Amino acid sequence: MTQPQEAVHSRIWEETPEPDNPFAAATCYCAGYDVYGDLLGRASWAEYLYLLFKGERPSPSQARLLENLAVALANPGPREASVHAAMCGGTGGSTHASSLMAALAVGAGQLGGAHEVALAVAGWQSCGMDLAAWRERLQNPPEGDIDVWPPMEHPPGFDPHGAGCATPVRQTLAKLKESGNSDALAWLYEQRPALEALAGHPLSMSGVAAAALFDLGMDSDQAEMLYLLLRLPGAAVHALEQKEYGWRRFPFFAGGLKLVDDPGPKQV
Amino acid sequence: MGAWFPAERVVLRGKDLFQDFQGLPWMGLLLYGITGRIPDDKQIRLFEGMWSLCTSYPDPRLWNNRVAALAGTARSTAALGIGAAIAVSEATIYGRRPDIKTIDLLYRLQRQLDQGADLAELVRSELQTRRGITGYGRPITRKDERIPPMLALAKELGYADGPHVRLAFAIEDILLRGRWRLHMNVASLLAALAADQGMSCQEYYRFMVLSFTGGMFPCHIDAMNKPEGALFPLRCERIAYKGPARRKWKDA
Repeated sequence: MTQPQEAVHSRIWEETPEPDNPFAAATCYCAGYDVYGDLLGRASWAEYLYLLFKGERPSPSQARLLENLAVALANPGPREASVHAAMCGGTGGSTHASSLMAALAVGAGQLGGAHEVALAVAGWQSCGMDLAAWRERLQNPPEGDIDVWPPMEHPPGFDPHGAGCATPVRQTLAKLKESGNSDALAWLYEQRPALEALAGHPLSMSGVAAAALFDLGMDSDQAEMLYLLLRLPGAAVHALEQKEYGWRRFPFFAGGLKLVDDPGPKQV
Repeated sequence: MGAWFPAERVVLRGKDLFQDFQGLPWMGLLLYGITGRIPDDKQIRLFEGMWSLCTSYPDPRLWNNRVAALAGTARSTAALGIGAAIAVSEATIYGRRPDIKTIDLLYRLQRQLDQGADLAELVRSELQTRRGITGYGRPITRKDERIPPMLALAKELGYADGPHVRLAFAIEDILLRGRWRLHMNVASLLAALAADQGMSCQEYYRFMVLSFTGGMFPCHIDAMNKPEGALFPLRCERIAYKGPARRKWKDA
């Protein structure tokens, strides 16, 4: 007796096979749209990305917001930890995939990373545009059970090492709030000084991204994934650049390590 | 924690790698790096046994192993496949999350028992507040075949009767007697054995990060030895679509 075939369940993707090969798709539908026969050449990257995540076509203002967010996040720059990690792959001639995996692993974290964005989006889901609710949350952050993620060491969406809100963060917030369909961003723009005072830290790029992703209707899981994805271009090109330059031109931090328990050289 | 002195020596947690670790097996070095304590021979056998008996299933159907196998069938590299499979092992229904949550549970319950709490009450409260009890119950099958061989090794080494191992079995007794009918899974036994050795939650979590790798390499090799793309091929019709009906993308 043959067992019933297990299926891959999806509400995103459907395929019909080529007549001569059941393993080759003739038509691919994304949320009902024929990807290669209709959507390709007509939908922008941002529209298709939104469709993939939300199952519906974005409004022009939502597509504009996602597109602008993607530009803002595409390259955190070579000093940022996730890009630095990718460059460690590039400089040693590691596989390109490993450079991006390194960027994902480091950029997944809770200091300017994707899990911080997820936690910040959870804050928006809980508090919305209610300053009193944010005050309560920032002053009494929710505590979770022990997990593979360490406890947060600063309020999500704020920069624990910032002196003031950095210019690119302010510029991004100001630009994104003009996108339309951006109530949270507009509210954040107005309330930034009050929220920063409550948090004790300036707003960070992850905080702006979280508000934008919340405005786009992303839940915390979707926001975490998108943030991981959207920051990869910078990691990729900086890894390639360091591969080209080679390890001799990449910082080794020769004097940057101080051992506090050095036993010293031993006589053999 | 450590540093390399080029062309001279390497220091790890205040010790000289070339001078102080002669004869220490790799498992001992790994444990020292994680805990700062050099394990004795019996402890090395215990922790190595945890990995070899309980976490090295070479089955490509298992989700984390399947990543290593898919890397093989897609002709990606071993390091990329195993690296990704290790990361995927930090899962919720198996792997690293149950690991850290289970050892935390045992420590929490033991602390409360030491203060005079009733175990049955603690278990009931855990089930109510967390809608389950980590380390008990298992996806796919109920009984855990890894427990008898691991317990046999622990008995041989004299570690089968520690307070956290006894607690783990006492919890299972309560869960089997009640309406829950939940068996202990190996995550609970391993966490208990580690707790009895004084490992902290974080130390145990870190120790387990590489634990599945013994089963991952065979999955990658097996897929690599077969024709490319031959692992678990899926026909187009195997996608069961339940989304919006077909529609046209109209220009805005």
